[in-house]
Amino acid sequence: MLDPTTASRLQFALTTIVHIVFPVVSMGLAPFLVYFTWKEVRTGEAIYEQLRRFWVRIFAVSFVVGTVTGLVLEFEFGTNFAAFAATTGELFGGPLAVEGMMAFFLEATFLGIFVFGRERVSDRLYLLSSILVGLGTWLSAVWILVANSWMQTPRGFEVVMRNGNPIVTLVDPIAAYANPRFPWMFVHMQNAAVLSVALLMAGIAAYHIRSARTDDDRFWRATLKIALVALIITAPLQVLHGDAYARHISVTQPQKFAAMEAVWDTATYVPEYIVAFPTSLNDILNPRAKDIFGIGIPGGASWLASGGDAQAEIVGLNEFEGSPPVAIVFWSFRLMVAMGFWFMLLAFWGGYRWRTGELFEDGLLHRAFVWTSLLGFFAVETGWVVTEVGRQPWVVQGVMKTSAGVSPGLSSTEATLTLLGFVAVYTALLVVYVYVIRRIIRGGAPKIERAQREAPGSEVAADD
Amino acid sequence: MIDLAVLWFALVFVLLGTFLFLDGFDFGVGLLFATRDDEEERETLLAAIGPIWDGNEVWLVVFGGALFAVFPAAYAGLFSRHYLLMFAILGALILRGIAPELYEQRSDDRWKRWWGRSFIVGSALSPFLLGMFAANWVLGASTIVSVPSLAFGLTVVALTLVEGAAFLGLKTRGTLRDEMSDYSARAALAYLVLVVVVIGYLAATRSDLHGALLSPLSLAAVVVSVALVAGVVLASRADRHRAAFAAAAFLPYALVAFVGNLLYPAIDPAVGLTVQEGVVSDLPLTMLTVAAAFILPIVVVYFGVVYSVFSGPADPSETY
Repeated sequence: MLDPTTASRLQFALTTIVHIVFPVVSMGLAPFLVYFTWKEVRTGEAIYEQLRRFWVRIFAVSFVVGTVTGLVLEFEFGTNFAAFAATTGELFGGPLAVEGMMAFFLEATFLGIFVFGRERVSDRLYLLSSILVGLGTWLSAVWILVANSWMQTPRGFEVVMRNGNPIVTLVDPIAAYANPRFPWMFVHMQNAAVLSVALLMAGIAAYHIRSARTDDDRFWRATLKIALVALIITAPLQVLHGDAYARHISVTQPQKFAAMEAVWDTATYVPEYIVAFPTSLNDILNPRAKDIFGIGIPGGASWLASGGDAQAEIVGLNEFEGSPPVAIVFWSFRLMVAMGFWFMLLAFWGGYRWRTGELFEDGLLHRAFVWTSLLGFFAVETGWVVTEVGRQPWVVQGVMKTSAGVSPGLSSTEATLTLLGFVAVYTALLVVYVYVIRRIIRGGAPKIERAQREAPGSEVAADD
Repeated sequence: MIDLAVLWFALVFVLLGTFLFLDGFDFGVGLLFATRDDEEERETLLAAIGPIWDGNEVWLVVFGGALFAVFPAAYAGLFSRHYLLMFAILGALILRGIAPELYEQRSDDRWKRWWGRSFIVGSALSPFLLGMFAANWVLGASTIVSVPSLAFGLTVVALTLVEGAAFLGLKTRGTLRDEMSDYSARAALAYLVLVVVVIGYLAATRSDLHGALLSPLSLAAVVVSVALVAGVVLASRADRHRAAFAAAAFLPYALVAFVGNLLYPAIDPAVGLTVQEGVVSDLPLTMLTVAAAFILPIVVVYFGVVYSVFSGPADPSETY
């Protein structure tokens, strides 16, 4: 039996790691779906209807799994982290409630029209539904990240006693909710979502182009081009933004930054290790074990943290009380950065091939797209690990320890039992999800039974 | 000046009631799925709720969010004390949540049989376990399983059956419609019997609740419920499906009014926490009130749009 704290933390980590995939699919697909719907309505071309229908199916399945896994998250604050919920609920609960009222309702109700209503509503209302669904997914992220960013850089509150317990009370809503971390998280997250979906799209298109089922070829070529455009926009932005974001963390959460770089002792001219391995196997989880084999750029970490000064001082982990599991943060950060650069390279490579007119001929490029299909999601996961594991041992940075947030009455048996249940249920959910999505992907482009809806242009003329 | 704490206490129960009304009929449709063997009839049932149930279930999320935001101590206390029950509820909701979507993904018999069963089981367990949770909450119970919690679980299941059958009375045609009307009338009577059993049991065993049970609001909720049940039965017999559904729609609100009234002034009776003690401070409460006052009316408009787009009998071919 695990102790309740460990079991709760594992369970919460598992829940978020699985859940995050589905909102990323929804948020990332949203702008594409709006674009496909707009083109379908505007031009009446069958290919846009096919694109819309193909990706709506994936959106709908992801939405359903995202909803049930998200509901679990909402409940877990109460079941496993009751002390956290009771103490910080005054600040933390509000954004969650508003997320449900403002964003989730919008997404879920108009999704009904968007999935089932093509024949029932006018083109305008249909297009509007696609926009409102997309807006709902993005607004959800706004409110969830408002709540999360407050945990990273908490402001605008006071700790007071109520009914004999210390609670966090809201005193300055602007400071609390217009939190300095929020814009960094939001831009990085939304761009990551679009980037991840663009990579998935490109991978699926490349897979079908490689398998050369000629009847769908036009569909997949169009898909690859659209995905590549999105990739060329989002991949470099993610790297540039990520670099600035890391500097923001070095100022606002120095402990997390030290963990990302595995700097134990405060020092200047800190190297940026690209890879690092302890020479003793016993120290494998400690990337800064004494005898280390590493490849580092001298002064690199200092240079990054300060924005150009290789001599800058980095505060080490030893200066802080407690520390996150450094190896996990260190390696997740490196994996994320490496993938970010790879996505940028892939975008440039694809863009170059497009220019030279060989986008559909370069077999190596197609293989690279296929192998990269899911890496965007993996990069998002590693990014969240850096964000969430990196702030440990705090659940609210500098205010409340994670261990203090666990439900007081929770027993080892209960916590372990539900953890095991979770592993089973979530594994089953993922297996079914992957199976269904693979079937949709393998099924290829949706067949349009009827002739084109209307002659191109007639719609526009009728509206005018 | 309106007491915002009391207003939010009422609103939390209105949100729960709306969930019980809207997703309630989805659960009922899921249960009635068990009575259908014919594939076209099954598709009709799925088509009836397909475009709307995603939105309906959000009311539970918003209920949870509102409880968390306004009464965080009660939210934390209730959810952590009923730990295993909460996870059972989540398991049931997961089954119900993914089953209808997955049912449509393949056309072979085994796949459909499997997800059909999971749809039925999830739709039966969700309201049953939520009913147990509500009973334990109101009675301040420390054990999960007890006579009133089981009886109340069944009561909520019966309620969702009334609603589901009444809803299908609107959304189906021919013999299927007649059969559904018949189910809704029978389920309404069963619901009434269960309500009487629960109230009788509480009256006999809990003298501390006598005052609340005999208060005007409780009595009004009971009288209204009896009238609504009579309405469901009579309207179903007379093939007046809109009236039957309208009567069924108000039943969950009468139920949450009754339950909320039993609870008040406590928000978590197990630890003696009252609404006034459990509520957050004025600033966040005012902000949430303003937010809800702006957003919830707009949400009602969304629902109006979606329900009017998909009004009329369900078309079994209309799955994507």
